[in-house]
Amino acid sequence: MAKRIDVKDLNIYYGDFLAVAEVGMAVEPRSVTAFIGPSGCGKSTFLRTLNRMHEVIPGARVEGTVAMDGVDLYGDGVDPVAVRRNVGMVFQRPNPFPTMSIAENVLAGVRLNNRKISKGDANDLVESALQGANLWKEVKDRLARPGSSLSGGQQQRLCIARAIAVKPQVLLMDEPCSALDPISTLAIEDLIAELKNDYTIVIVTHNMQQAARVSDRTAFFNIAGTGMPGRLIEVGPTGTMFSAPTQRATEDYISGRFG
Amino acid sequence: MTTTTSPTAPVGSPGGAPQPPRSARRRWPEGRATRAFRWLATGAGALILVVLAAVALFLIVRAWPALTADGATLGEDISWFPDDSSLLRFVGPLVFGTLLAAVLALLIATPISIGIALFISHYAPRRLANGLGYVIDLLAAIPSVVYGLWGAIWLAPRLSPVWQWLSETLGFIPLFAGPAADPPRVILTVGVVLAAMILPIITAVCREVFLQAPRLHEEAALALGATRWEMIRMAVLPFGRSGIVSAAMLGLGRALGETMAVLMILSPGALYSFNLLQAGQHQTIAANIALQFPEADPTGVSVLIATGLALFVITLAVNMAARAIVARRKEFSGAN
Repeated sequence: MAKRIDVKDLNIYYGDFLAVAEVGMAVEPRSVTAFIGPSGCGKSTFLRTLNRMHEVIPGARVEGTVAMDGVDLYGDGVDPVAVRRNVGMVFQRPNPFPTMSIAENVLAGVRLNNRKISKGDANDLVESALQGANLWKEVKDRLARPGSSLSGGQQQRLCIARAIAVKPQVLLMDEPCSALDPISTLAIEDLIAELKNDYTIVIVTHNMQQAARVSDRTAFFNIAGTGMPGRLIEVGPTGTMFSAPTQRATEDYISGRFG
Repeated sequence: MTTTTSPTAPVGSPGGAPQPPRSARRRWPEGRATRAFRWLATGAGALILVVLAAVALFLIVRAWPALTADGATLGEDISWFPDDSSLLRFVGPLVFGTLLAAVLALLIATPISIGIALFISHYAPRRLANGLGYVIDLLAAIPSVVYGLWGAIWLAPRLSPVWQWLSETLGFIPLFAGPAADPPRVILTVGVVLAAMILPIITAVCREVFLQAPRLHEEAALALGATRWEMIRMAVLPFGRSGIVSAAMLGLGRALGETMAVLMILSPGALYSFNLLQAGQHQTIAANIALQFPEADPTGVSVLIATGLALFVITLAVNMAARAIVARRKEFSGAN
């Protein structure tokens, strides 16, 4: 299920403004890749280009290629809707659909694929997805309650369940823990460690300890100044990045000298 | 709330810390302007209730003679009141006609309004959307008598062949049973004109509601691989449900009370009839009042006011029903 992503010469624009410049990197399958860097350096923007969610923002566009197992996501005739069905996303703030029950939330993506699934299959899928998100035990007795009745951490795990219920190739996480308390954060981090057995995971985080804890590879993004484009400074195995980075800026950032 | 108690709970004070009222008053004195504004706001709120009560009282008091008189007396006294009838039997068809016209208008207008509102909020390029929004607001400002003129003089002749065709092809359905009246001074024409009248208000409210749909949930849907329409179905319409109901009820309220357009188009009757294409079948309360009022004697006026009371009650009931619908799935509304 997991696929690799190769990004080459990617420039991201908002209108005429170059927001992120010349990104080239590879994301390995069945691993966790963390994006770190100061605010505004373009790591979230870049993350969104991996499933074309940046196109939701008016004027946003990219140049360059993002290839998933060799297929360019920006090639002719590639439907962004199809891309997003293969590349799931979890957002900074938990966003279960408030008008749906917990079970309906999990099934939301599956129902989109117009797949008529039987009630039994649906129930099985709800259970397996919620178990995959480590949420089953907590909610199995109240699947018909609204998703918004859960705590923030539970809501975020519900969103992860919703994302993995459609069995994506890749799972993108945009600061999934930044709105959560430490206990819920721990639960999500444990979950990420399990999910990487099946999925390619890319996570944006402001928390360097988190990057060190959960990721196999780390990419450091930086910005030279306001109005300048964000750039990928360095990418490598997480251990090396945190112990012996090759770039001065990386070392300054991870040692807390700025950012 | 009196001035001495209100400052004991100043905004942002540490909750639960008991304070002697004197020091609290000193810390957060209620200025003259604050007090004046508070009374002004309270007064404005109370005024609504007073007006509502005054209207209800007026209707009941003035309708009382008609409510207590028996049908025979009313039939003798009033030229247009049917003999061998009672007030209830007189009001019944009017209530029916009023509801029928309003429901027809709502059935036609609501889907179109939702479509226009969605186009403006989620499909149209921004500049076009702004322009369209202005046009819709402008439509809402057209006086109803103008809609009536337009409906009677311009629209009705053009609808006539459509109604003929409807009665010929779908005449087996009782709703469209022919022969279709020509000129089409029928309830369906009224429904169409009323729909045009309530379209702007429903559209305007729906547009505002749809624009409020949380970006968070729209993105959640898109990230799951939803197309734009699927995103609207998952994140926008469920969120806007209560707003759509409110909008429809606003429109219904306007349609229920509409006088001029109905008066100018409809050929009146007093039947419980679902023949939408035949003339002389229906009449609405408001149009009937406008029609009979100039020549009504005191008893007649009382009867008309009694019908007005019925309209008042219907409107209240409709609004309460709408509230109930909105409240029923409150947990799932996203407000929590």
